Amino acid sequence: MSAPALVASTPVAQSIFFYLMAAVIIGAAIAVVTTKNVVRAALYLITVFASIVGIYLLLAAEFVAVTQILVYIGAIMVLMLFGIMLTRARIGREVDLTNDNWWVGLATAVLLVGVMGYALIDYWGDEQLPDDIRIENVVDATGPSNTSTLSDSIFTTYLIPFEVVSVLLTAALVGAIVLARKDRG
Amino acid sequence: MLAQQVQEAAAGNDGLMLNQFLLLGAALFCIGVYGVLSRRNAVMVLMSIELILNAVNINLLAFGARFGDITGSVFALFVIAVAAAEVGVGLAIVLIIYRNRHSVDLNDVDAMKG
Repeated sequence: MSAPALVASTPVAQSIFFYLMAAVIIGAAIAVVTTKNVVRAALYLITVFASIVGIYLLLAAEFVAVTQILVYIGAIMVLMLFGIMLTRARIGREVDLTNDNWWVGLATAVLLVGVMGYALIDYWGDEQLPDDIRIENVVDATGPSNTSTLSDSIFTTYLIPFEVVSVLLTAALVGAIVLARKDRG
Repeated sequence: MLAQQVQEAAAGNDGLMLNQFLLLGAALFCIGVYGVLSRRNAVMVLMSIELILNAVNINLLAFGARFGDITGSVFALFVIAVAAAEVGVGLAIVLIIYRNRHSVDLNDVDAMKG
């Protein structure tokens, strides 16, 4: 191969990676909403989350990617599986997982994807992402990565929303305990 | 030959397109909407909501990358935190429904139906 092809190979590799991940995401997501087995749906959901991590990495959002692994795959999916076990879903196939009027949902989803797809293609067209997705750090211009920019932004501009999120998490924790405990009186 | 093809492909499309990510997000969102509308099991509905929230995150990060703005990542983190809170409270509610009705079928929860 000649030199220009080598220069051009990084975007091509990125595109191949993107379409691979996108195919896994869409396939596993469709499996989540159509499978007849609740536990299998949870495992497909883990596949979706793990593939989305790849998409986040392509978008140069390393910290969000790691958080996705920790929170979604580590915590939320364990919680989901606890929910499945505690509600004693049958581990095997279930016949009544889907509504009788599922076609209404299908029609809504197809209509929605058509409208959104048309609007997106019409407006954004072939708009490219920048080659080097590195976000300029306003606080520290020599910052090594997007992660340091992210932390600077959270603890300066978005400090109050961040604190509100902490209060929300505390409230959710207390609420979940109060709701789920057995000796309510 | 291959090198030329690669070069041509790179000339027309030298990088990732914004629309790739937006369309992926739109497709994932609609799959989630289908799941919310058509599933009967409450836990499955919660899983579909997670799909929708992830589609939103892809959009936030794609626009953050397009405009070189870190705000997209910040709000993606907030969305993840809110999703964690939502799953915690949601599963507690599902647990109460199961305890009271011995079923998580949403068609059985029709006490407010006129």
